[in-house]
Amino acid sequence: MKYYYNLLSQPSRALYIFLKLNNIPVEYKDVNLLNGDHLTDEFREINRFQKVPCIVDDDGWKLAESIAILRYLMSKYKNIPDHFYPSEIRARAAVDEYLEWQHLNTRLGCAIYFQIKKKIGPFAAISENPNEGALPIFKFLMESTLEAIETLWLRGKKFLCSDEISFADIIAACEIEQPRMTGYDIFENRPKLKEWYERVRAATNPHYDEAHVIVNKIIARSQKAKL
Amino acid sequence: MKFYFDLLSQPSRALYIFLKVTKTPVEFVKIDLKRLEHLTNEFKAVNRFQKVPCIVDNGFKLSESVAIFRYLMQSNPNISENWYPKDAKSRALVDEFLEYQHIGVRYPCAIYFQTKWLLPTFSGKPPNEKKVREYENLMIKSLDTFENIWLASDQKEFLATKEISFADILACCELEQPRMADFDTFKDRPRLKKWHEKVKKETNPYYDEAHKNVYDIIQSKGKLSSKFDLVFIYRYLRYIKFKKFFE
Repeated sequence: MKYYYNLLSQPSRALYIFLKLNNIPVEYKDVNLLNGDHLTDEFREINRFQKVPCIVDDDGWKLAESIAILRYLMSKYKNIPDHFYPSEIRARAAVDEYLEWQHLNTRLGCAIYFQIKKKIGPFAAISENPNEGALPIFKFLMESTLEAIETLWLRGKKFLCSDEISFADIIAACEIEQPRMTGYDIFENRPKLKEWYERVRAATNPHYDEAHVIVNKIIARSQKAKL
Repeated sequence: MKFYFDLLSQPSRALYIFLKVTKTPVEFVKIDLKRLEHLTNEFKAVNRFQKVPCIVDNGFKLSESVAIFRYLMQSNPNISENWYPKDAKSRALVDEFLEYQHIGVRYPCAIYFQTKWLLPTFSGKPPNEKKVREYENLMIKSLDTFENIWLASDQKEFLATKEISFADILACCELEQPRMADFDTFKDRPRLKKWHEKVKKETNPYYDEAHKNVYDIIQSKGKLSSKFDLVFIYRYLRYIKFKKFFE
């Protein structure tokens, strides 16, 4: 199986961490987004949507969308610990609930806020032309999402969906790194968020930090810029 | 199991149709969005996110239409397999669409609809033309992707596989929304139009039943019928979280 990814992409990082943590045998193929490698005809043959992450299985079968890929991996590799995507119906539904909610909440808010602040071009590709005027809206969405995580998702449990870490936690942590790269302090007045984030890192390191080497450099630079 | 819904909401319609077509036994509980019923404390106890659709199954609460759909498939093994195939690869292709659609279809169609029709209609203020154009372009790109990529293959009749799945129902419900703002999502898109007819054929009479109010609004070219109570709508607007998007 070939895994196409780039560590600038949040869902790419999430799957990268998941694959490494569970020793899933894939061939890692880094797609240089900054170079526009995902926009070539050659890459279009690999993923018709021209995005990362995506996979091509041993028989040439292709799949895009990180959450769909997660489910496929869980069905194919039986030795992955159950808590990442529980098989019990209600436990699984609780994880699904976050995995579906996050697209138009965590993802949309954090990714577009980051895009606008950093004036990122088309490869960041959720909104065609995010402009400065839209910044307050997406800041609002991002902050509402962080508040929802702090007060609703994390209420009464150690992780987002239960007391055990699941893929929901990995993808959430990767998404909230985006605003951090603009110098925004996501943890200010959000103690539960901070504790949870450290728990996720602890449960997935060294792979989490490895996936975030570039991100952490950008965060450090943005902190310096504030001083 | 209680299913809470409002047929103004696209994912509510999708699950409604699915439940009716598969004859899954649930208690249908209408929540009136126009009357702010979803914002009551009583409903907050049902869904902490104060949205429809959601379910309560013997005390177990669940929101998010796609999560609910999967839960229904897992807890009702009698439901016909085509809606969510058991084979890992076929299932993955349905998942691929279900994950793609949030940002790929839902977001552009809904935001166009809200900017062009929902907010102006109920606030009395004219739509922000610049934003309408911006969101229209975004939506057109999404529809082009639908026509040229999702429906491009000869290998499959429907979005994911040869048979209709939940992906097809959900997609159609989303694509009906902009039609209420007088934008014909199926116009000049032959594959989209043909597929839409197939989906309706497979799910009727429930598809049309779920879309009755939608069809009324489309017919009247976006003009409100007397059914909508404007007093409640004005109050609703104060609570719309994202009204900043449209002003």
